[in-house]
Amino acid sequence: MASPLELRRRIRSVDNTRQITRAMQLVAASRMRRAQEAVQAARPYATHISGMIERLVLATGNDRLPPILQPRPIERTAFLVLTTNRGLAGPLNTNIIRKTVSEIDATSDEIEVSVVVVGKKGQVALRGLYTLTAVFTDISDQPSVLDIAPVTQLLVDGYERGDFDEVRMIYPEFVNILNQQPRVVRLFPVVLPEIQQDAREADIIFEPDPASVLEALIPRFVEMTVYRAMLELAASEQSARMVAMRAATENATELIEGLRLAYNKLRQSRITSEIIDIASGANALADA
Amino acid sequence: MAGLTLTVVSPEREVLREEDVTLVLAPSVEGQLGILPRHAPLITQLEPGTLELRRGAETQHFSITGGFLEVMDNTVTVLADASENASEISRERAEAAREAAVRDLEEARRTHDDMMTTQARLALLRALARLRTVERSRRG
Repeated sequence: MASPLELRRRIRSVDNTRQITRAMQLVAASRMRRAQEAVQAARPYATHISGMIERLVLATGNDRLPPILQPRPIERTAFLVLTTNRGLAGPLNTNIIRKTVSEIDATSDEIEVSVVVVGKKGQVALRGLYTLTAVFTDISDQPSVLDIAPVTQLLVDGYERGDFDEVRMIYPEFVNILNQQPRVVRLFPVVLPEIQQDAREADIIFEPDPASVLEALIPRFVEMTVYRAMLELAASEQSARMVAMRAATENATELIEGLRLAYNKLRQSRITSEIIDIASGANALADA
Repeated sequence: MAGLTLTVVSPEREVLREEDVTLVLAPSVEGQLGILPRHAPLITQLEPGTLELRRGAETQHFSITGGFLEVMDNTVTVLADASENASEISRERAEAAREAAVRDLEEARRTHDDMMTTQARLALLRALARLRTVERSRRG
């Protein structure tokens, strides 16, 4: 049986933890709102760039696409894995890591695999399993396009040089506050926006010409795709943390209730036994 | 006559939406490009520089660090890598950024760091584009 002093100490310690988890919950909630706004704000650019690519592809013709869009046999695949730098985000990173391992396992043995990781959590979990080509751990959880430029550059250059013939990105998609799903998307060869069957080549002036504009636009398109995935990661991170911290806070509250009850019972029984002591002492005196 | 609608979007947000614009001047890779209302459909690549818009006698300048421009149905859409209004640019900060970029570039050349060289060169172009915008809007 714990002493009252020990119980008091434990109550205080759990209460301190609860204050921290509650503060983290509130911070995560406000950051999550900001992250969601950032996801929304990135939409117009995505819509416009897809439309522009569609018109450019239509004007270039499938047989004259720039090399960056031409498919080639896949011998080497790179995986870009997006994870968070910090923990206490529930099962978010674990799910991403698990998805990554299963994706790589499912890749044919003849294909050489390289792994590029964003986030300390991914680095720690994956470095024992695979050789990591590059690791980025200095990207903030409120990323800007400039933050992720080195990541995209590495992939675009590597694909153009032929270091890999395919790039797949794995990141958590923010479905809602309680649900973040690991997603796999192909960055290279670029998945072009669906072109409507009835689309006709409009009379558009291209400067210098459709193929070169397209070639210059593709890295931006990839950058935008990675940037949006980073925003999804940020929103997922904050919401996962918020939910995890809310659970931790509730847990701590329950724990404190239990400890208080135990402490009060102990205190009461001590008082009772003391009173019995005194009373029986007094009775003994009176009897004598 | 109906004016142009100009929208500038960066990956991060819609930077600008202006209606009834009478002229847009943009730094195309083929040289300075002027767009008047009822311009033919056009898609072009932009260089780092200044985007200028006129509405009657009113003139506004924006620094862009490169991107793409599309004209369609009297609407000019600029997909900017990054863009900001001249009045939001701090001359001191742009100047400091230019100096830092030059230093980084020298450092990168010395260490033969390709990634850093590219980054520094881009940073320098961005800083120069901002300075140009500030100067042009002062002259005004």
